Amino acid sequence: MRESAVAVVRTGTANLASVGTALQRLGCRVEFVADADAVVRAERLVLPGVGAFAAAREAVVAQGLEDALRERIAQGRPTLGICLGMQLMALGSEEAPGVPGLGALDAVAQRFGDGQRVPQMGWNRVVPSDRCRIVPAGFAYFANSFRLTAGVGADGAPGGWTPAWSDYGGPFLAAVERGVVVGCQFHPELSGAYGRALLAQWLAA
Amino acid sequence: MTALPLRIVPCLDVRDGRVVKGVSFQGLRDQGDPAALAAAYEEQGADEVVVLDVSATPEGRATRLDVVRAVRAALSVPLTVGGGVGRVEDASLLLEAGADKVAANTAAVRRSGLLSELAARFGAQCVVVAIDAARSATAALGSSATAATSATSAAPATSATSAASAAPAGSAASPASTASPASAAPASPASSGYEVVVRSGAERTGIDAVAWAVQAAAAGVGEVLLTSFDRDGTKRGYDLELLRQMRAAVSVPIVASGGADSPEHMAQAARAGADAALAASIFHEGKWTVAGVKEALREMGVTVRLDGVGGEAP
Repeated sequence: MRESAVAVVRTGTANLASVGTALQRLGCRVEFVADADAVVRAERLVLPGVGAFAAAREAVVAQGLEDALRERIAQGRPTLGICLGMQLMALGSEEAPGVPGLGALDAVAQRFGDGQRVPQMGWNRVVPSDRCRIVPAGFAYFANSFRLTAGVGADGAPGGWTPAWSDYGGPFLAAVERGVVVGCQFHPELSGAYGRALLAQWLAA
Repeated sequence: MTALPLRIVPCLDVRDGRVVKGVSFQGLRDQGDPAALAAAYEEQGADEVVVLDVSATPEGRATRLDVVRAVRAALSVPLTVGGGVGRVEDASLLLEAGADKVAANTAAVRRSGLLSELAARFGAQCVVVAIDAARSATAALGSSATAATSATSAAPATSATSAASAAPAGSAASPASTASPASAAPASPASSGYEVVVRSGAERTGIDAVAWAVQAAAAGVGEVLLTSFDRDGTKRGYDLELLRQMRAAVSVPIVASGGADSPEHMAQAARAGADAALAASIFHEGKWTVAGVKEALREMGVTVRLDGVGGEAP
């Protein structure tokens, strides 16, 4: 496989080692970045994220990455948002009312309903739409308390995006893709063979 | 409610960089290379791996970041690391080295603020409270109503002193052990009949195990790693009564630990409300593979993750 260069955004709190090693295993050259130039320049970019929505968004703004990220996504350049990274692509989150996301996904993250064990912690089935090119079917590892549910586009997904669904007390967006821009609520870097397949698809796309 | 597949979680007890197996946390013996074992378990279908550092010395502790790095490099499923997590910086180093979740035990009992600090910094999904629970001595005698008497401050201080030499493997004996014992957690009446034990069982705190979990969940932890001190190493199965009480009290995921010797034990844990079943010797001794356990569980009607890409639901 041709060696890909992948830039991974330092959002401050993410466990970057898992993301880095997963990409390295696939033959990638991984660089951790925290400046707008690098975000603009990167051939491929991963926006990871764990922790709180407001803190992650604050880190993105403080590092001056907001416009660069928005532009990348709008231009359809290879970008992968993971977990909170996917939620950051949305309009915002109930977790932090009034704190705006990047706005690329017409949806707001909401907490799982009462009656579910929260956080969702474990392996859940991902069912991609027939039109998904990167996200495969199978079981992926999730660790989240908030999730995106539905937008207004076709398939009930946010407009312009192709959805993959999971169910946890009701359907939610496990992933979305638009060309080579992908958001995953689950952690491909922690999802064993399933995650390797997804990352390889994204790197090859 | 949607339940996820029961997670099967091999646990590696690591001392001085090598995997050891504990019987009631005593009599450890060498079980090999952590990274090689972790990779083997992932290959067998492990849903997650837990590494507990039980090093007794600062020198032993110093190797644990190397262990975490090595295991991370070999592992592409989640990795939880516990042992000696006393400060936010400890957790930070473990996460940088490749842990996905950190488990705090003794230090969190000493200073309950630790859990909220960890959750605020890293998020709930990153923070596990490891609770070692034992049937309260008074409850075992059939007089649980008087269990609260074991929560007096004098009792843990005495046991800490007397046990210091008997249990060198205490996983978090310093620096917190110099603080006043169990001062941070509430000395609630032991209404569940289970009390928290710390320092690898060397010290009974008198703190109610279920009440402690409720407090930890309120502090923002995302998971409870619940070990039955009475069952650990006995191969008699998980303490199902403990699991049921815990399940009724908290809505965060629960990892059952202590006593597993068969898939049947894991099925019992799932029915008692566990989200994950942790085991060590059953796997280390080669009695069962993870794949074998999962196949047996599936036949018993317990939902498990059997494979990755395109996998059919059982």
